[in-house]
This record gives sequence, C-alpha cells and structure tokens, in this order.
Amino acid sequence: MAQVETQTVVQSKEKVSSPWRDAWKVLRKNKAAVIGFIIILFFIAIALLAPFITDYKYDEGVLTDKNKPPSAEHWFGTDYNGRDVFTRVVYGAQLSLWVGFFSVIGSIIVGTFFGLLAGYYGRWIDMLISRIFDIMLAFPSILLAIAIVAILGPSLQNALLAISIINVPTYGRLVRSRVLSLKEEEYVTAARAIGMKDSRILFRHILPNSLAPIIVTGTLGIATAIIEAASLGFLGLGAQAPEPEWGKMLADSRQYIQKAPWTVIYPGLSIMLTVLGFNLIGDGLRDALDPRMKN
Amino acid sequence: MLSYTIRRVLMLIPVLLGMSIIVFSIIHAIPGDPALTILGEKASPKAVEEFREVLGLNKPLYEQYFLFLKDILTGNLGVSLHTKAEITSEIGPYLAATVELTVFSMIFAIFIGVNAGIISAWKQNSWFDYICMLIALIGVSMPIFWLGLMEQWFFAQELKWLPSVGRDSSRDPVTAITQFYIIDTILAGRWDQLKDVISHLILPGIALGTIPMAIIARITRSSMLEVMRSDYIRTARAKGLGQFFVVYKHALKNAFIPILTIIGLQTGLLLGGAVLTETIFGWPGIGRYIYTAIGNRDYPVIQSGILVIATIFVVINLLVDLLYALIDPRIKYR
Amino acid sequence: MKKGVLSAALSGLLALSLALAGCSGSQQAQTTDNGQQAPAADQAADSASSGPKQLIVGRGADSPGLDPITVTDGESYKVTENIMETLVNFEETNTNVVPGLAESWEVSPDGLTYTFKLRQGVKFHDGSDFNADAVKFNFDRWMDKSNPLHNPEGFQYYNDMFGGYKGDEGHVIKSVDVVDPSTVKFTLNRPLAPFIADLAMSPFAIASPKALQEMGPEKFNEHPVGTGPFKFVEWKRNDTITLEKNPDYWNKGYPKVDKLVFKVIPENSARLTALTSGEIDLMDGLNPDDAETVKSNPDLQLILRPSMNIGFLGFNTEKKPFDNPKVREAIAYAVNKPALVEAFWNGLGQPAKNPLPPSIWGYNDDIKDREFNLDKAKQLLAEAGFPNGFKTTFWAMPVPRPYMPDGQKIAEAIQQDLKQIGVETEIVTMEWATYLEKTRKGEQDMFLLGWNGDNGDPDNFLYTLLDKNNIGSNNNTRYNNEEVHQLLIKAQSAVTQEEREKLYKQAQEIIFKDVPMVPIAHSEPALAASAKVINYKPHPKGSESLEKVDIQ
Repeated sequence: MAQVETQTVVQSKEKVSSPWRDAWKVLRKNKAAVIGFIIILFFIAIALLAPFITDYKYDEGVLTDKNKPPSAEHWFGTDYNGRDVFTRVVYGAQLSLWVGFFSVIGSIIVGTFFGLLAGYYGRWIDMLISRIFDIMLAFPSILLAIAIVAILGPSLQNALLAISIINVPTYGRLVRSRVLSLKEEEYVTAARAIGMKDSRILFRHILPNSLAPIIVTGTLGIATAIIEAASLGFLGLGAQAPEPEWGKMLADSRQYIQKAPWTVIYPGLSIMLTVLGFNLIGDGLRDALDPRMKN
Repeated sequence: MLSYTIRRVLMLIPVLLGMSIIVFSIIHAIPGDPALTILGEKASPKAVEEFREVLGLNKPLYEQYFLFLKDILTGNLGVSLHTKAEITSEIGPYLAATVELTVFSMIFAIFIGVNAGIISAWKQNSWFDYICMLIALIGVSMPIFWLGLMEQWFFAQELKWLPSVGRDSSRDPVTAITQFYIIDTILAGRWDQLKDVISHLILPGIALGTIPMAIIARITRSSMLEVMRSDYIRTARAKGLGQFFVVYKHALKNAFIPILTIIGLQTGLLLGGAVLTETIFGWPGIGRYIYTAIGNRDYPVIQSGILVIATIFVVINLLVDLLYALIDPRIKYR
Repeated sequence: MKKGVLSAALSGLLALSLALAGCSGSQQAQTTDNGQQAPAADQAADSASSGPKQLIVGRGADSPGLDPITVTDGESYKVTENIMETLVNFEETNTNVVPGLAESWEVSPDGLTYTFKLRQGVKFHDGSDFNADAVKFNFDRWMDKSNPLHNPEGFQYYNDMFGGYKGDEGHVIKSVDVVDPSTVKFTLNRPLAPFIADLAMSPFAIASPKALQEMGPEKFNEHPVGTGPFKFVEWKRNDTITLEKNPDYWNKGYPKVDKLVFKVIPENSARLTALTSGEIDLMDGLNPDDAETVKSNPDLQLILRPSMNIGFLGFNTEKKPFDNPKVREAIAYAVNKPALVEAFWNGLGQPAKNPLPPSIWGYNDDIKDREFNLDKAKQLLAEAGFPNGFKTTFWAMPVPRPYMPDGQKIAEAIQQDLKQIGVETEIVTMEWATYLEKTRKGEQDMFLLGWNGDNGDPDNFLYTLLDKNNIGSNNNTRYNNEEVHQLLIKAQSAVTQEEREKLYKQAQEIIFKDVPMVPIAHSEPALAASAKVINYKPHPKGSESLEKVDIQ
C-alpha cells in the first residue's frame, strides 16, 4: 500500500525514480547485507521450526546428566539442569526475535505518532513533546529500562515493554525532523492550500515519505533491542526460568563457566550473530535507501 | 559565544527538572516496601509500620517530591536507607570508580578506533582494511556482558594473566586520596601499585570500550575516506606514501567533529553499560551501586544515583556541543 | 617518522580524554572530598608487602552497617564480631553458652535476676575501660526509646528478643543495675527461657560508650569501637573493610593475624577464582558444585559450616487446592529430596524431614520421612479429587540464600517431577523484597523459602515459622492449627528444657502429619580456604570471630 502511495506522489513530483526498486537493486549487490539476510533467515527458520529441529524439550532435563560436554547426543552439551543447550538456544531464538521485532514495532508506532504531532503542529505541542524526548534521552537507556522493569515486575513481556518505551524518542525525533523538512515541500503546501485534511496529509503524504529512514533505523533498532533484552535477562530482570532466553541462560550458567564453558559460549554467540545480522542488513538498507544518512 | 553558552546552560534547567520528576515518579511506582526490604524476612509488621513512619513514606507523594527537590538543590542527596550513610559522601568513591573505568575504556576505544579507522581508509580494500572492518562490525554487535564473561573466563580464570575482579589487590590496597586509583598511586609514587591498578582496569575496560571502539573505527574510516577524496589530499597522496603524515594530520582534524559527537553519545552508553560490566567484574562503581539499590528498594540511592549519572551525561553533551562551536566556526550559535 | 606521528596523535587524544575526565571530575569533587582518611591506612599500605600476616576474606556482599545493634544481616555480623564482643558467647561450633565479657553469672531461683561478674582489665579500642557502667550504658541505649542514642527506627533484634522497649507491655528487662565496677545485675519483668542464649547474639555486643557519645550513632555505624580482637581501620564501600590487630586484646596470644580484610566479590565463581589465584585466603558462599574442584586442589581446603537452617517448599494453606492436606501430602511424595540435595547442594546438606534442624535440641528424630513415590502421589491426588492434576503457580526466590543455593533452579527441577503427577506449575519470581512482601501477604500458591536460626532455640524455628500468631509475619504458609499453637505457647513459658523438648517434639509430629510445608534440606553452607589457613571453625549461626585463625 505504502509503496503505491509513494510512487504516485513521486511521479507527480518527478523527484526520484522509484526509490524502493533502486534500493533493492543496490541492496542485492551489497555482499554484507546479503550475508546479514542469510543469518537472519537462518535464525528465523530455526525459531519457526524449533520443534522439528530438536527432539528435546527446552524445559526438561535429566539431573544426572548435568553439565555434560558437547557430544553426538547433545550438540552443544547440557546445562546445570541436564537440559540440552542446543535445544534451549534454538527455542531462545524465538524469544529474542520476538522481543526484537515487537519492541521496535511498538517504539515505531508510538514514536511516529508523537513525531508527526510534534513536527506537523509545531508550537507548544512540539515544545512539550521534544522536551520529553530530550529528557528521556538524557538517561542512559539501560538504566531507564531497569527502572521500568522494576516497576512492572521482571518478565519477558515487561522487558519488551520497557525496551519499547526507552526507544520511542529515537523514532519520534527522526519522524519529527522528516516532517519538518517535508512540510515545506511544495506538494504538501499545495495539499494544504486546497484544503486537504491534516490527517490525510500526514498519513498519505508525509508518513510514506518518511518510511525509508524509519525502516533503516528500525532494522538497526532490532539489533539494539535484542541486546537490551538480553542485558535485562542477564540482570535477572527479563525472561524468567525456565524460559530459554539467551541473556538469562548466560546469567544462570555463568557460575559453571570453568566447568562447562559451552553453556555460556553458545547462547552468547547466538546473541552476537543475530545482532550482527540485523546490523548488516541495517547498514545495507541505509546505503541503499538513504545515502544522505551515511556519514 | 558567551551568550550561546549561557543560553545552553539555562536550557539545562527544564531538562534537569523534568528528569527529577521522571526519576521520582518511577521510583515511587516501584512495588515493594523499602521498610520490609531493610528490616528483612525477620521483621514484625509493627516494626515495618513504624519504620515507614520514620522514613516519611507515609507523607503524600507531592510533599515527598518537594522535599527531595529541596534537598538536591541544597546539595543533599539524602541518606541511604540501607547503609544509613549520607549519599553525598557515600557516592564519591563509587562515582570515581566508574569514571576511572569509563575514561580508561574511552581512551582505549579512541586510540584503537581512530588509528584503525585511519589506517583502514589509507589502505582501503586491503586485508588490513577488511579485517579491521570485520572486527568493527563484530564489535558493534557484541553483547558486552558476554564479552566480559568470556574475557574473565579466558584471561583471568584459564590463563591467569590478569585479575578477575575488583579495582586493586586487597593484599596491598591503594590508599585513596582522590579515589581515582591511577592518580592516587602516581601521587604516592607507588609504581608497582600503578601496574596493579592498570592490570585490574584492562579486562573491564576492554569489555566496556569495545562497542565505542568499533563505532569510532567505522566513523573515522568513512570520514577519512571523504577527506581523502578532497583535492588537497589527492595532491598530497600523489606525492607518495611519504605524505602519510600530512594525510594523518589533516584527516584527524576533519574526523574530529564526528568523533566528538560519538564520544558525547557513547559516554551515556558507557555509563549505562557500566551496570553490566561492574556486575561482572565486581567493580565498586555507581552502576552496581544503583543496581543493588534497586534490589534493596533504597529509594534515595536510586533517585540520586540515576540523577547524578543523567546529569553527568547531559553536562558532557553540553560540553561536546560547546566544543563544536569552539572548533568549527561554521556552526552557527542559534 | 611514523612513530612520531603516532605518538603525536596519541597525545592529542589523551589530552582530549583528560579534558573529558576533568569535566566529570569536577562534578564530583565536592562529593568525594570527605577528607576523613584513617591514618592507620597509610602505614598499613606502606608495610603491606613486608612481614605482617594478612587474612583476606572474600564474601558476596558488603555490610550495610557496622553498629551490630542496628543491623540484622550476617554480612554485618561477620565483621562486627571481630570488633565488638558480647557478655556471653556461643561455643565454637554449637549454641551452648560460654563466658564472654562476663566471666560468670548467677540466676535467681525465680528466673528474674541475673547477676554477671565481668572480666577485669578489659579496655575498649579507644582506651576507655570496659566495666559495669559500659554494660548499663549499652542496655539503656537499646531499651529506652527516649535515649538520645536510640535509633529512630528502633533496634529490631532487641525488640524481637526482649519483647519491645521500656514501657511496652511485654518488655522483659526491667532494669540493669551497676552493683560494683565489675558486677552488673539484670532484673526481669517475667522469666524468659532463652535469656542467656539471647545475650550471646551478635547484635548485643557492647560498644564503647565514649566513642558512641563522641561520634554519635551515625558515625559509629561506620566506625565501630569495641573490645574485640581487631580494631577498625577503613571501609571502602562495596569493596573492602580493613581491620587490624588489637595489641591490647584481653585474650592473650590472640588474634593470630595482624590484618583482617573483608573483600566484596559478588559472584560465587569469581570469588573462587580469586581464592585460587591467591587474591583472597578464605571465602564463603562456595557453589556446592565447586566443592569437588576445591577438594581436588591441594592448595585449597573445603570447610563446611554446621547447619542451623531449613530450606522448604511451602503451601499457602488458605488457598485452594492447598487447603486440602491430601494435596499437600501428594506433593510431598513427589519431591525427590535426596536427588535435589545431591544435585543442588552437592551433598553439602542433608534431606530434611522437620522444620527444625538436627543441630538444635528438641529435634524429633522418631519421625519417618515420606519416600519419593510418584504413584502414591497420584493416588493421593485422586483421593483429593484431582485425578488429572491441576495448574498452579510455583514461587521461587530470586536470590541464593544460605538455606537454598539456587531457588530458581531447584524450582525448575521440582517442576519437572510435578509435571509427571499432572501438576502443571508456572514458576514465578520477582525482586527479593517484593517476594518477601507478597509471600507474607499470602498472594502465593506454592513457594520456596527458608529460615536461618538466630539463637539456637527451637522456638526460633517452630513458633516463628508455623504458629498462627505469625501469620502475616513469618508464617508464610498461613498454617493455623490450634493444637500446635497451644503446644508452642506452653513451651515458651515452660521452665525446664526437658519439658520444652517434649512439647516441641509433639508439635513436630502434628506438623509432619499436616504438611504445611515440605522441608527439603538443611544445608551445610560450604566455604573454601587456602590450605595455609588454620584453626578456622565456622559457627552454625553464620558468622564468627576470626581471632584464632592463623596463616601458616
């Protein structure tokens, strides 16, 4: 839908020729981005197919088989409860991807809404919203997240919510600045002149033209969100036992690191790879969609 | 310039005020009774009630907020519920520990990041460039707590090269004067202790510095590439590799502004990341102080601690902005 | 050439970083400058690398305060017991009472007067004399709310052990009188069976009246002054507390080491690493899992602390379906205690059948525990009307406690067994403070919790944990049995120990039948030390004076 809209606008303006198709072409040639895509597709695949990949359950183990090194039966070894680490890592992908996607979607929706308001109406609304964003950005984000989770109680859902909240200003500011620049474009002033409703201008014209940077920032944002969720899990403020969240797995296995390093190596490696994947795609998208955002 | 500075400083006031409101409301929304936390699992309900009264937790919220505001304005950060000590005097050593770690990791990040970025750009598309950028990419994606754990396991527990926890050796503790142990040991002329202190800084410093290092390397490289496309440098380059010095100097000057921005932004991340790093490396810093305080429901410590960190962050960003204006006359003081 | 360039670049960067450091440094200049550096620290640091014997003790958390009467936690007592002493002491490894600052005492036949003969020639670290006046001074401070040195929040243990403060209805101590400089007399309002045992508890250590008055209670809490084997030197918060030998200690020949340092290393395994590498000499909170590692290392030794605790699985007996004793019993059959103890306590503990640990008198050893039997459990569930089991929540504590090394992992293991009898549990956890608060209010279904003994009296376990008077306080199972209540109340005022013992044994039988909780284990917390450390004897109560410990 959005694409169609953009194109009509773009044609009428004769500004650039179909940025989306161009972007795809550039992206396909970007080796790093392709690798990123492969990594992420791989993790999405194992997350979706988890029950078919492994016969073990992530929350059932044999106590007598605890902290066993990797073997043919247990590819990544077993943890302190005798559970299969490979199985837990695979199921963990579900949780991390879920938190990554949905927290970012949450931040984007809320951030975009306030960003549009602030940018389009300006004046005191802008003042108010921008100051709130400034204040939120003045906190180191993980501290703010910790505080929010402390209020809501530790759980994966609440961690997701906290991460969503702390990232709202990022998207809000982005959308606001896009709106400020687009507002002065001729087609918007024209639309306003013919008496088009504000909501229509915002959602039909301004928003679609702001999508590119949102998508770029959002993709990179998923990477950040995954790390933040794992950090909260590591501090005991995110996912709770026996959920196989990677950060939580690290924290729980930490004391066995000398005896059973595999219980710490694999979950950490998975976090890193997933985050790397999203960063690669994000970088590629940025180069393809919005050359101006490059440094 | 002066009026710009004054304006920027004045603009801090609403931000700081807003921050104090946010912190205060968050803290008081946290469930869990501080009285019970402090008195422990053995407290009688009557004792808990009496303790709440003493702490002023039974007063209306707005009244508690204004008391809090009045206190911080007079430089009184309150009294820790847990240790019953003045936070103003208690927080100093914690803050110093964190600042020392943060500065150390920032130096590490800047030194490695800038040099790797410049050399990568200079030798664009060489093996060195590829490896550097791969490391930088991985660095940006690194969960620092995992890196910290792996470092601790490998270098401290397996190889036993470096100490695993703490700021100094407890057999020969540093005599704190400024609380910055590097400075303290130098002042005392204890070079053996200085070595010890630095060896304690290395692992947590690297864990904390990796992400900014990677970011700085990437930014330096791309701004350097831009610079190298300029006529001036092309001429310099045409004269041969001997002109590396010219490029280096010139590129560094140009790369300075984006690096400055990153330093401003990353300091905030570092201060936040300190919570994780300090937890892993048993670093007696402010991140762990606040984290423990959240577990203890030590309201005054949480609110003052977060506020202090946020204030430092805001102030650093302000200084970075002012530095911009100073360095680059093209930036208009709006 | 190149080198010069690099160093030029470097120095520029350094200057920048220093500028930044300066900015944040100025921020905190006012806060850091508390200027009260203990002078002894300098000397200690100077002579550290040479001769004096140091004992470095690694532990998990810092002390909240060092005035023992104001705190309730073991981390504080571990330190204060080395600085300040009590009138009477517990024996080295049990809870029998032996002389401390008091050499001997007499009790009147009606149990209302206690006369203590004090040790003579004992001095506080500040040079002032320890005498009957000092004892009276301390008790007056504790009991009298209007005393200027009284804590506005009260003194929790005083309140709990002696029935409130002066003027309160249940207050035990009527008066403390100085008979002569070395004799002090306590007059009680009513007899209190464990009075002498109470006085041996760490919070009731005698502080120097001079220091208390000069410094005021807040300062004293950071800089305690007593009569003990070690003197306070320095406290770096969340890092180290340093004590030094008291050369004038009354017990000649002690302490054995010149310097005693308590170092905070939060993570158990990190602490073991520090011990292995020689950074510390002694550590508590060893992971049971690491016991084997320690045993197999010739440079280290494994030390077990005798148990005075209980870790249990409790039921909220007011909530369905746990109001039905059959359901509770069914679950008791499904908890595989030996396997849990083996897996999580690594054998450093014993499966429990009573809430009371066997180290305490009154323990009922005639009770025969239920064996792990899932069929029996299913059968009982069916009888209770749940042939297909049910769903419930299972609360697990978020922090390791001495009585339960890892609540969440233990809950996960129990969860797996309960699944087999059709009981689906969802593990719930939250911040420790919230956890305590909510279990106290009775919001939980099934939960893990435990108790560490204070004074070695059965009352401290049975009455505290299972009497109906303590619902909303420490009876988190909300177990309400009138018969048990009568027995426990009677035992509180009974005069002879035999009589009390009989009553407690009876109570344990009823409790066993009713299953308000499934006692899981009495743990023997594991410590590790360098092989060079000798004469260290951990006390069941969780903390001890280290005066006899030596390094070879």
